Amino acid sequence: MISVIINGESRQFDSPLNCSELIERLSLTGKRVALERNGEIVPRSRLADQPLADGDRLEIVVAVGGG
Amino acid sequence: MKPHENLDSLVIGGQTYHSRLLIGTGKYKDFAETRAAVEASGAQIVTVAIRRTNIGQDPKQPSLLDFLPPSKYTLLPNTAGCYTADDAVRTLRLARELLDGHDLVKLEVLGDPKTLYPNVVDTLAAARTLVKEGFKVMVYTSDDPIIAKQLEEIGCVAVMPLASLIGSGMGILNPWNLQIIIENAKAPVIVDAGVGTASDAAIAMELGCDGVLMNTAVAAAAKPILMATAMKQAVEAGRAAFLAGRMPKKLYSATPSSPTGGLITPGK
Repeated sequence: MISVIINGESRQFDSPLNCSELIERLSLTGKRVALERNGEIVPRSRLADQPLADGDRLEIVVAVGGG
Repeated sequence: MKPHENLDSLVIGGQTYHSRLLIGTGKYKDFAETRAAVEASGAQIVTVAIRRTNIGQDPKQPSLLDFLPPSKYTLLPNTAGCYTADDAVRTLRLARELLDGHDLVKLEVLGDPKTLYPNVVDTLAAARTLVKEGFKVMVYTSDDPIIAKQLEEIGCVAVMPLASLIGSGMGILNPWNLQIIIENAKAPVIVDAGVGTASDAAIAMELGCDGVLMNTAVAAAAKPILMATAMKQAVEAGRAAFLAGRMPKKLYSATPSSPTGGLITPGK
């Protein structure tokens, strides 16, 4: 079981998964998002080969209205 | 002749734009109103903010970019809400990834949540890092001419001094500083923040600014779509007046527009 922090919230996963699977698990597939893992950007092309590790801190962002 | 046909284009970071009005997408009632306002404004460059996605939200809910697609607009991600250089840099790295490598960005580092006045020291630091990483930085700053020049020398593609505080609608508080910034600048100067109504935008353009960026002035108007149209016209009018070369201001001139000879009654 791994425990990660996504957008400031703690989440647990029973089995290992990579970033691409995480996006799917969070119902974000097909949405335009960007992901940062432990302070580093994970490009869309590399999401599938980045396995999540226990203690990872992730930020997943979108574009919203702003000035 | 279409209004912009006799006006010169705006070039930022090697790209040409015919609209000198840049607009934000915050504070609108909904996405439909946002889009209608952007369309009425004629803006081609549109700012967006970068925020955590709401996990657990219904995936079928529409998002802003459904209404303002990157294929149609130049989306300009900002660093609103960032109070340190590090936060701003992180935000824009995420933004570049989010927008498929598009690297034209708006940098703002705030110093105070009450006034939203920029922290120019951290802004300079963030600008140095971002320019080194290949970003094309349009940088929000104070109307300090020395800072503005330093930001340009760092390699920012546009300098964006405030007219007055973000969201204040106070208009241009220091046209003299703006004039100095414009005089010293080789990069485009775009007034950003504090515009309240159409005349503010026109005045900015008459001073010689290359463009105007606004959000609240349109979104918080009683009729945002109508105000967006007014702003489009104001920016065009101001630019045309600037290019036309205004008459000088004098205390008095003693040169009336009508002939002084041929009067039926003797003059003084």
